[in-house]
Amino acid sequence: MPNLTIDGRQIDSPDGSTVIQAAEKLGIFIPRYCYHPGLSIAGNCRICLIEVEKNPKLQIACNTTVADGMVVHTSSAKAEEGRRAVLEFLLANHPLDCPVCDQSGECDLQNFYMNFGLYDPRFREQKIKKKKAVAVGPHVMLDQERCILCSRCVRFTDEISKTGEFGIFNRGDQAEVALYPGQNLDNPYSGNVVDICPVGALTDREFRFKARVWYLSSAPTVCNGCAQGCNVDVHYVLDRPHLNDGARILRVKPRYNPDVNQWWMCDEGRYGFGWVDNGRLTKVRRHGADATWEQAVAGITEELKRIGEDHERGTGSRLGVIASSQLTNEELFLIREIFQRALDARVTASFPMAAGYSDKFLIKADKTPNTRGAMAIALAGPTAPGAATIVADAVEGRLDALWVFGHDLTSLVADADLQQLSRSLRLFVFSGTNENATAARSHWTLPTAAYLEKDGTFVNVHGRVQRVGCAFSPLSDSRADWNVLLEIAGRLNLGFAWRSPQEVFQALAASVAPFAGLTYERIGLQGASLTTDASIAEAVAT
Amino acid sequence: MAVKVLRRRELTVWEKLYIPQIVSGLKVTTAHLLRNLYLHSAHRLGLLQNRRAAVTFQYPEEPRPLAARFRSRHRLTVRDDGTPRCVGCMLCETVCPAHCITIVAAEHPDPNIEKYPVRFDIDLGVCVYCGYCVEVCPEDAIRMDTGILDVAAYSRDAMKLDIHELMNPSLRKPLLECTLKFPHKCRLAGGEASR
Repeated sequence: MPNLTIDGRQIDSPDGSTVIQAAEKLGIFIPRYCYHPGLSIAGNCRICLIEVEKNPKLQIACNTTVADGMVVHTSSAKAEEGRRAVLEFLLANHPLDCPVCDQSGECDLQNFYMNFGLYDPRFREQKIKKKKAVAVGPHVMLDQERCILCSRCVRFTDEISKTGEFGIFNRGDQAEVALYPGQNLDNPYSGNVVDICPVGALTDREFRFKARVWYLSSAPTVCNGCAQGCNVDVHYVLDRPHLNDGARILRVKPRYNPDVNQWWMCDEGRYGFGWVDNGRLTKVRRHGADATWEQAVAGITEELKRIGEDHERGTGSRLGVIASSQLTNEELFLIREIFQRALDARVTASFPMAAGYSDKFLIKADKTPNTRGAMAIALAGPTAPGAATIVADAVEGRLDALWVFGHDLTSLVADADLQQLSRSLRLFVFSGTNENATAARSHWTLPTAAYLEKDGTFVNVHGRVQRVGCAFSPLSDSRADWNVLLEIAGRLNLGFAWRSPQEVFQALAASVAPFAGLTYERIGLQGASLTTDASIAEAVAT
Repeated sequence: MAVKVLRRRELTVWEKLYIPQIVSGLKVTTAHLLRNLYLHSAHRLGLLQNRRAAVTFQYPEEPRPLAARFRSRHRLTVRDDGTPRCVGCMLCETVCPAHCITIVAAEHPDPNIEKYPVRFDIDLGVCVYCGYCVEVCPEDAIRMDTGILDVAAYSRDAMKLDIHELMNPSLRKPLLECTLKFPHKCRLAGGEASR
C-alpha cells in the first residue's frame, strides 16, 4: 500500500486510489466540481489542483493516483493560485445571478470563490448568452448560462440511471449541457442531478423559488416511500409560515449511506412528502364531532374493558386490530403487547396492496417502509391473519370492536359495508395521519403523527433497522401512535414501565429475537442489521 | 470589566458666584426674544422676508427639510415598464433584524428576470428603520427616500404595508382597485384571489 504525505501528514492509501480520496481520509477537503465519489472520474473542472513535489506542473487531485513517497501540498500558494485561475475561467461566462438562483447559499461556486476568488475580475468582454429556465423534465429546470460543464449530470444519466438523456453539445464557449433530441429527463431518478449539480444550472422545479436555502432546517430521517428505506435529510421551515403556503417540508435530499442508497434516491420518494402537510387529520373526532384526547382515551379504554368482560363471560365476540407496516417497530410491538397479548385480539399488519413500480436499483414494489419489521414482530407474514379476513369477520358480525391504523378499508370492502360496520360495531377506532373514507366512518378518529414527527425505527427490505428520528413536533393536535398506545396501556393497567420509544425498543430488543442486541446507539444514523433472521429471510423468499 | 470613573469638573470661582451665570443665560434668551420680535414685526411690514424668524417649524403645514441620507418610509422601485424591480431574492427579509419583511416569490414570465415578488409586505409597526434592507438589495429595488415620516394608524394591522403601498407611496389602504403593473393579474384588478 503506497505511503504518501499530504500537507505534512502521512497516510497509507490503497493501490489505484487517488489523492483526493487519500486526502478525504485525512479529513482534508480538496475543492471539487466534476469529481463525485459515486461517478466516474472526468477530471475536467480542474479546481482540485494540488502541488506534488518534484512535479513542475500542478496536478488534479481527483485523477492523480497515489504513489509511494509522494509529497502533496493541497493548500500551498502555488496550488491556490492555480485554483484562482481556474475559477476565473469558470466564472468568465457565469451570469452571477445569485439573487434569483435557488442554488445560492449551497453553491460551490460561491463557496470556493470565498476561498480562492479573484476579487478584482479582469474579464471585461461580453458574456455569452445561453438559454435560461428550460424545463428539461417534470422535476428539473436547466439554466445553461450557470453551467460550468462539469458533466456530473451527463455521467449520472449514463452510469447511474443508465438513461443517457444529457449530453454536452458544441465546443468552446458555445458548449452547453442539453438533452439529446427527443429526450426528456423523466427517468425515476431524475431529481438526483439537482443534488449533484455543484452550481445552479440544474434546480428543482418543485422547490423553485419557494424559499432560500438558508431558511431551511435539516433533520435526518428515512424515506417511507418503499421498503428500501433510503436515508434522507428532510429540509423544513417552521418559522416562516408565509413560505410554501404554510407547509413545513420544502424538500427532501438523500443522505449518504453506503449500504442502502449511497448518494441517491428516487423521485417517487423525493416528491412524495405532500401528505405530511396536506390533508392531515388535526382534531380528535367522535362520530364526526370534535372531541379531546382525554375523552378519546377514556372512552376507548372503557369500551375495551366492557368488551373484554363480555368476552370472558362468553357472550361477546372478539376484537380485531388492523395495524400497518407504516408504523414503527416500537408501535407494532406495543400493539402486539396490548392487543394480541393482553386483550387477546386478532391482530395483523399485513394489508393487501397492489405491488407498485420497482426496479433493480432502489425502488421496491412494496410501498410500505416496515413490512420486514412487522414480520419480525410476527404481525405480518405467514402466521398472521390477513386484514381481509378480519374485515370480513367484522362485516359478518363476528367482531365487536375494530381498530384500524392508517389504512383505508374501502380498498377491501364497499363503502356500504363500511357504513354497516360503523352501525354494527360496538367500537370502531381509526387512528392515522390523513383523512380518508374509513376515518369518516369510524366512531373515534384519532389524528396521529407522521413518521418523521415521531421517534422510532423501520426495518428495510434487506433487514436493516433504521431510525426515523424526529424532525419536528406533530402537526396541530395529532399525537404519536406510541404515545396513544402507552396511554391506553396505562388506563388498562397493563403495568408497562416504558415512557419513550427508546425504552419500548429496549423491551423489543429483549423479547423479539431478531432485534437482540440492538440499541438506538448501535443503530445510529446509518442503521444496523437484524441479528438472527433466517426464518424471516425464508418468509421473504417465499 | 474595567470600571471607568468619571469625575465631574469642579466649578470655577466665576461660576460659583452664580449671578454672572444667570445674567449670561438671560442674555441669550433676551437676544432671541429681541431678534424674533424685530424680525416678526419686520415680516408683518413685508420687510426682511429672506431672513427666518423663529427656529420653530410649523409642522405639518411646514415640513422640515430632510438630510439626503435620511431614512424615511420605504418604497419599491419599478422598472421602465412599471413592474417591480424586485427579484424576490429575499436578502432584505433575511437581513432584517426586526423580521418585519414578508416576501413570497414566483416565476416571472421573462426568463431573463426569472423571479419576482407576488407578495411583499413590510410591517411598519415592527420596522426599526435601520436601512439594512436598502443596503443589502442587489437590485436597488427598495429605497427609504419617500420622505414620509408620519406613519400612523388605528390598528396594528393597518401598520402593514403591502406591495401596492410600497410601489406607490401615495396609496394607503383600503385599496379598491389596482392600477400598478405586475407580471400577474392583481387581485384588485380581478386576478387570482391569493395574489
